[in-house]
Amino acid sequence: MRRPDVVEATEAVLRRAQTSLPGWVVRSIESALRRERSEIARYHLEAILDNIRIAEADARPICQDTGLPVFHVEIGDRCHIDFDLWEAIAEGVRMATAKGMLRPNVVDPLNRSNTGDNTGPGMPCLIVDGVAGDALRITAFPKGAGSENMSFLGMLNPADDPLDYILENLAERVSNACPPVFVGVGIGGTFDQAASLAKRAVMGIPGDSEEELLLLKRINDLGIGPMGLGGDTTALGVKIERAFCHTASLPVAVNLQCWANRRATVIVTEDGWSIE
Amino acid sequence: MEHRVRAPLSEGDVYRLSAGDVVWLSGVIYTARDKAHQRLSEVSFDLRGGVIYHCGPLIRDTTVVSAGPTSSVRLARYLPHVLDLGVRCIIGKGGMPGAAELIRGRAVYLAYPGGCGAAAARSLRVRGVSLPELGMAEAVWELEALNLGPMVVAIDSHGRDLYREVRESAKRHLKL
Repeated sequence: MRRPDVVEATEAVLRRAQTSLPGWVVRSIESALRRERSEIARYHLEAILDNIRIAEADARPICQDTGLPVFHVEIGDRCHIDFDLWEAIAEGVRMATAKGMLRPNVVDPLNRSNTGDNTGPGMPCLIVDGVAGDALRITAFPKGAGSENMSFLGMLNPADDPLDYILENLAERVSNACPPVFVGVGIGGTFDQAASLAKRAVMGIPGDSEEELLLLKRINDLGIGPMGLGGDTTALGVKIERAFCHTASLPVAVNLQCWANRRATVIVTEDGWSIE
Repeated sequence: MEHRVRAPLSEGDVYRLSAGDVVWLSGVIYTARDKAHQRLSEVSFDLRGGVIYHCGPLIRDTTVVSAGPTSSVRLARYLPHVLDLGVRCIIGKGGMPGAAELIRGRAVYLAYPGGCGAAAARSLRVRGVSLPELGMAEAVWELEALNLGPMVVAIDSHGRDLYREVRESAKRHLKL
């Protein structure tokens, strides 16, 4: 596999993720608009759908918060990679930033100085899995601060009800996360596993188990609505991932994703790359 | 009710806007987020009657590429100072805790749909910039708006705060 292909593919997949949303995300907003009873909420949902069309037509980023560069990287067991993969993806991020497709968002956490190119120690953030095959699959998940800042994690008492914890926190916080949102829940494991499960849950949306649909209904029954101004549409999807945990623990993490559920995948092989 | 308003705003303009109304705004607006709010007194523009937009735009050369609102909650702590500078209108998303009491009789808070940066950019043109050393997202951009909207009057100058009403109703619902 060639390093320049990975760099180019990264730049291309970021461009796709920033300017267009997957069809299933758009359809979930459209079907929410059909059900929505609040006039203010319908105004917002229509504005959101207009914005999605404009972004695609003008090839502009959907949202000015082009997010942190987060990628899910699946490496085939027959891939031959003889270069620094993280550095190649970082180079693609720098290229996308230089071309004006990404706002420079990445800063030192303490002195707040901006690196200007959306990379730095730990950024891009790669979530890596080994899979079968001879391809490298890179999925860009640009993550804006609005929804990330409103995510939460609690080490609950095993006697607590995780559903109450989730709903109470959402009632307080979700209006700042650009609702309607997608909700990734991680339950169990260790402190860090719960956060990681919540992240993987929101990456894997949609969920349709009985408890996922029940939580979705209870969130929408809160009436918080698009942008926190009231309505039937607070969440578009809920996914729950779990791990078994210590008898004395009940970790619960919720990772929120705004309606701009940006994601795009590129496949890199020995022969080049193509956007999925 | 729908309104077309032009910045800078008069006291009467602000008074006429009630919670739930829809607004389209034209005229000059100024972006400001965290770092700019800490240095608002140093901004070279006259903010009297002005509009502050909680926004860190994506700008290519001098073209606005994407420019939706950022979360206003982070900027609530600066609101008394902002009002003292004569600002009459704040555009943002998510609302500002405690704002309803502070802006009563003085200013209005408009909600631009969060995440809709591409649509907003079509209505905005760069006129100037202050504090450019803060970087693209944190600088104060002077923008000319042409029918920026639809925005919802979310906190009006008569004491109504739609976010608070919605949040309190959600909490009552949870206690049932």
